[in-house]
Amino acid sequence: MANKVVYAVYEDPELLKDAARKLVTAGVKVRDVFSPFPVHGLDPIIGIKRTRLGIVSFMFGITGTSLALLGMWYFMIHDWPMDIGGKPSFHFYQNLPAFIPITFEFTVLCAAHGMAITYLIRNKTLPGMPPRNPDPRTTDDKFILEVRSEDNGDIDGVVGLLRGTSVYEINERQY
Amino acid sequence: MNFTISKRARTISMALIVIGVVAALIGILGDHSEHHQRTWASLFVNGFFFFGIALGTLYFFALQYVTESSWSVMVKRVYEGIMSFLPIGAIVVVVVLLAGAFGVNHIWHWMAHETRVLDEASPNAYDPVIAHKAGWLVPIFFWMRTIVYLSVFILFARWFRRQSLAMDQQTGDTLLANHFRNYRRGVAFIVLFAFCSTAMAWDWIMSIDTHWFSTLFGWYVFSGMWVSAMITALILVLYLRRKGYLPQVNNSHVHDMGKWVFAISFLWSYLWFSQFMLIWYADIPEEVIYYQIRINEHPWLLWGMFFVNFAIPMVLLMSRDAKRNPRFLITVATIIFFGHWCDVVQLVMPGALGEHFDGIGTLELGMLAAFLGVFIITVLNALTKAPLTPVHHPYLDESVHHHT
Repeated sequence: MANKVVYAVYEDPELLKDAARKLVTAGVKVRDVFSPFPVHGLDPIIGIKRTRLGIVSFMFGITGTSLALLGMWYFMIHDWPMDIGGKPSFHFYQNLPAFIPITFEFTVLCAAHGMAITYLIRNKTLPGMPPRNPDPRTTDDKFILEVRSEDNGDIDGVVGLLRGTSVYEINERQY
Repeated sequence: MNFTISKRARTISMALIVIGVVAALIGILGDHSEHHQRTWASLFVNGFFFFGIALGTLYFFALQYVTESSWSVMVKRVYEGIMSFLPIGAIVVVVVLLAGAFGVNHIWHWMAHETRVLDEASPNAYDPVIAHKAGWLVPIFFWMRTIVYLSVFILFARWFRRQSLAMDQQTGDTLLANHFRNYRRGVAFIVLFAFCSTAMAWDWIMSIDTHWFSTLFGWYVFSGMWVSAMITALILVLYLRRKGYLPQVNNSHVHDMGKWVFAISFLWSYLWFSQFMLIWYADIPEEVIYYQIRINEHPWLLWGMFFVNFAIPMVLLMSRDAKRNPRFLITVATIIFFGHWCDVVQLVMPGALGEHFDGIGTLELGMLAAFLGVFIITVLNALTKAPLTPVHHPYLDESVHHHT
């Protein structure tokens, strides 16, 4: 038997949340949700684990801080000692305030770029990757809830449940 | 649900007041500075610190109207409660300023002997720097400005409070119309506040070190008030929630308030460091003198308060779990609260006392305790006056279901 995937289209994030809650209560596993913007409070309903993007951003940030400080120590103190603005002490800690702005900027740069790239890789949306979006309307004003038969034995029962929610349309596909 | 002050809270605040007053009196007896300058300066430090908390809260309250935020509706009564301290703080500040104007204390030395300082004919007293600033730092203009600041703050605070209480009785179109009136008044207040808070910091605090100036001083003082306000509101909300009031305030609200403490700590650190670094780097004598006295005489106070106010929130409040843990939050918030009090101490004391200031003592701590007691009792008393959860507000339902 071929596997089946059901896309239930909703017009409002709240209606979608209600439907997801109903499905999960009935023991259905929701594979994914596609939406034009993040729907607050949806993740715990469909059992998505908490994002670790925060930890990743901290790692990128701390890398930036360390690299910036190490670099400036090497450039300005160790390799070619510089006397700028009458501060020829050549001690790293005595010149530290002058290094803080660069350190701050480099921390932000590394954290922001690192996070953006991680996000794109994790979502498999790097430029040139094949789109995984089932329906272009989810980039506009529709919200789609995806259920697969491999997760749920009785897919027709699930469709029946979906019809009982404020659904806009239901599309089934084989794959 | 209306709030009633528990016996324990009343006893603790009374004890704080009594202990504080006794400690302050001991401190005053040991104050041998000229004109009891140190007593006056301590009074100003504590008066301004708590005034700043109320003012920062008022600003944040108006900001909620301007941004039409929904999450904060659940806790707006807490902000209104803190705002109720504004007149008391203002009175303390004005008393110390008046004493300065009449020569009872010499904290603002441009005020006293004003004529001689400006008189070019008396070479011993003439001060060209102050004479140069005389267009701004002249008593009549100074008092006009002070009256403008205080009337703007207090009138808006009263209006916001009255409006908020009135909205509890309204529904439908009246409620909505008033909601948008709040929005417009909020915008007007933020604009006025931008000028008043900056000029107030120049007048009341920067002019203590009359010869010195810093262009971002106003923002730095303002960010200190703002973060102190966020800390106070957070502690108060956690206290009320633990007591069973505010049952609809969920972890997401607390998380957001924690985020504000975290974020504004960074704003404050950023501004403090910007001011410090530019002066340190340029190394111009008339500017570095401000930091010389603070670094040479009070290194622990200066670096200690910067460490507490920057590093502690950064490291301890970074994770999401930390901002959702009430016990942890209250501990960190209390430490930073004290850190920001130390910030106000180092803003005022070295300039007001010079080498006569030998670090925080019984006098300052006693006054802190007494003011804290009065502050707690005033704020809690204001909280009993109205239902802790707003009855009607266009965004009330949204706030109940707040989720991040």
